[in-house]
Amino acid sequence: MDNRKFIILSGGIIGVLAAVLVYLGNPDNMGICMACFYRDISGGLGLHRADIVQNLRPEIVGFVLGGFVLAKSRGELKPRAGSNPLLRFLLGAFMAIGALVFLGCPWRLILRLSGGDLTALGGLFGYIAGIYVGVFFLRKGFSLGRAHYDPGPAGGYIIPLIFVGVIVLRLANPEFIFLSEAGPGSQFAPVSAALLTGLVVGGLAQRSRICTAGAVRDMFLIGDNHLLNGVVMIFLLALAGNLVLGQFNLGFVDQPVAHNEFIWNFLGMVIVGITAVMLGGCPLRQTILASEGDMDAGLVVFGLIVGAAFSHNFGLAGSPEGVAFNGRLATVLILLTTLIIGVVNICWSRK
Amino acid sequence: MSQKTVDTSGLSCPQPLMMVREALEESKDEFEAIIDTEVARENIARFLENEDVYFEIEPEGDNYIFHITP
Repeated sequence: MDNRKFIILSGGIIGVLAAVLVYLGNPDNMGICMACFYRDISGGLGLHRADIVQNLRPEIVGFVLGGFVLAKSRGELKPRAGSNPLLRFLLGAFMAIGALVFLGCPWRLILRLSGGDLTALGGLFGYIAGIYVGVFFLRKGFSLGRAHYDPGPAGGYIIPLIFVGVIVLRLANPEFIFLSEAGPGSQFAPVSAALLTGLVVGGLAQRSRICTAGAVRDMFLIGDNHLLNGVVMIFLLALAGNLVLGQFNLGFVDQPVAHNEFIWNFLGMVIVGITAVMLGGCPLRQTILASEGDMDAGLVVFGLIVGAAFSHNFGLAGSPEGVAFNGRLATVLILLTTLIIGVVNICWSRK
Repeated sequence: MSQKTVDTSGLSCPQPLMMVREALEESKDEFEAIIDTEVARENIARFLENEDVYFEIEPEGDNYIFHITP
């Protein structure tokens, strides 16, 4: 099967699986959400103590291990590191904080729309706007620099092994691990289903190279709709799945794990769009890259986890009631900081 | 005659493709591009096919050398 057909098939399968995960118990419109799940893992590990969002989500473990197995079997496991690691960590943290203001990563954005949640439209416009800004930076010469292939073979195994540890902790559930008893963290598909689905999605995502940021970015940059085809398929099949499973609720009001503050949905996702283009991929793509031995992407993953922890510790995250003052201030400051990082990088790279 | 080489190793998506596109825009001379990941190989090949640019791919160790003839 050629790549063009494969990404369309992958997007379709991923969309269906996302709808099914909700049917099996995940929070509504949250079959796949990188920001929410990293935030839940952060809580499960005790890095934050917001007790309604603590859960060592097996889906993420599945994405990592599915990506890893595919990469290894295809000779694509290539440990590499050295491309501005600390800045990537910071951008990952910013990405998580921005996403949690919107209450979803770009994947959840698509899934919210497929569930009829029109409050996600503000986030969609923001994501596209952020990617547009990111593309502008790229055209002006923004670059995080080259990675090098000398870290040695062990580097390719760090992230997969850490996430094996996460699933072990989830299953063993010792007393120092947290699992919500109420709220979204307490809503989950059976662990085996979540893990298996994650493995399939991770494998498909690795092989198809699917990326929500690339989907929009490539349209702006080269007019190529290859990645967009896959992403549109996720939406269409998740929509179909939601309609069949009775999970579709069209409107702006009373949407699950969502708020309707347009400006903050917009700006939160602008941050995600810009950082995704700067980093070279959306949060799921970063996760897959990390699973292939890209140790700089591995640091983005840790940045997402730490950013999510700070988001809840400092009261930055959105809630169904909206975005509180701390979150609004953080959004503005992080957006400004991200723009400054872009400009400084461009000026420096011109010298 | 020395041929231009565009080295895309170690760079994040979409820089390898942007570098190849820039080289195509700068001159009509043949050039080589060093591509170090499967992903970049796939999307640069797709880009060049869409642009009707002739190219050949030569594996070299873990990398791919694209010989591009605008």
